[in-house]
Amino acid sequence: MAELTPFQTVGPFFAICLSQPGCARIATEKAAGRHITIEGTVRDGTGAVVPDSLVEIWQANAAGRYAHPDDHQPKPLDPDFTGYGRAPTDDDGRFVIETVMPGRVPGPGETLQAPHLLLGILARGILTRLVTRVYFEDEPSTHDDPILSLVPAERRATLVAKPIGDDRYRFDLKLQGEGETVFFDV
Amino acid sequence: MTGDIYRRPSDDVHPPRDFPGYRGTALRHPKEPLVLIPQTLSEITGPVYGHRSVTEADRDLTNRGSGEPIGERIIVEGRVLDEDGRPVRDSLVELWQANAAGRYAHRVDQHAAPLDPNFTGAGRAITDAEGRYRFLTIKPGAYPWLNHANAWRPAHIHFSLWGPSFLTRLVTQMYFPGDPLLALDPIYNSVPDPRGRERLISRFDLSLTQPEYALGYRFDIIVRGRHATPMEAQHG
Ligand SMILES: [Fe+2]
Repeated sequence: MAELTPFQTVGPFFAICLSQPGCARIATEKAAGRHITIEGTVRDGTGAVVPDSLVEIWQANAAGRYAHPDDHQPKPLDPDFTGYGRAPTDDDGRFVIETVMPGRVPGPGETLQAPHLLLGILARGILTRLVTRVYFEDEPSTHDDPILSLVPAERRATLVAKPIGDDRYRFDLKLQGEGETVFFDV
Repeated sequence: MTGDIYRRPSDDVHPPRDFPGYRGTALRHPKEPLVLIPQTLSEITGPVYGHRSVTEADRDLTNRGSGEPIGERIIVEGRVLDEDGRPVRDSLVELWQANAAGRYAHRVDQHAAPLDPNFTGAGRAITDAEGRYRFLTIKPGAYPWLNHANAWRPAHIHFSLWGPSFLTRLVTQMYFPGDPLLALDPIYNSVPDPRGRERLISRFDLSLTQPEYALGYRFDIIVRGRHATPMEAQHG
């Protein structure tokens, strides 16, 4: 068996390659579904903003189908939506993602997952990518999601984006300390 | 975990989240343990489409200006494979690097070394049916950083690739054989297993070298593989 290539930090200069104009716009106007904006700030263990991180998103389309050959569900693909985007944080540690609300996708066994985005974060000082999920507070199914229910109850709120009006949501990331975001081992 | 599609890496493959020798990790690592979750359809899928804009010219980092960049021309070639040796085909590989003087074309890089107007330091390629990629670039210079007194990064090229799923995402750095700075570099040495560290070092390959033009270095990249399906297990 071939052995894995280890991770190394993305470092402070990834933007010369990994950040193209418009890369945080996952959905253009043409994509089907409810268009939403997710904004947030990334902070470190002292609460200082992290101005040099890269947030990466992977999600299903509005119908709950992934644009990927291993998704065999009989649901429509959207030719105007791949489900992938990446957003570098700015000098204020802020990122903004424009997308559509994903549909529900199957979970373990016979369960159905609540609408969610997978989120990976890379930065100087992060040697191996951290991964988490973004759920939505105003989606009723969030509160009995089969994956979110594996997270200790008192920490679940760190994975739930809050509506802040006009189809906008707020999802902050705290890498360490009080209010630390839950990160997953997958 | 029961039901896993992709194998989980053992603990000594990737660097720990907290590595005191690399100061930048101190405030940027979670203190709570990671929460173990099953691999659902969300994790086993990933961005495999949407890179149709990548062209042949994107893998030549020496063609970005009106003239040639300064430095030692090199060819970097390798294969992207999974743990079972299966090629990862038609997959985007992105790389970025400092110029020959050790300076990035990035506003935050203040190293007092010259920028090269003919070198942006970024390239993209798509793997072929054998999982192979190939870049033409120049050898990056070592550069100082502020991690500790007299700290220098060994010459390296940053690589980013997704592979077939969200779980195969890999961001890493390729180093050069025989670099005396490797032994001193906390980022390189954050990889727990010495054999893992060696897998980050490219191999000089005379057969890749283009006579009177460029030296050749080989760097294969291995991403997470799948557990055998019951059908595959039956057939060995
Ligand atoms: Fe670097």
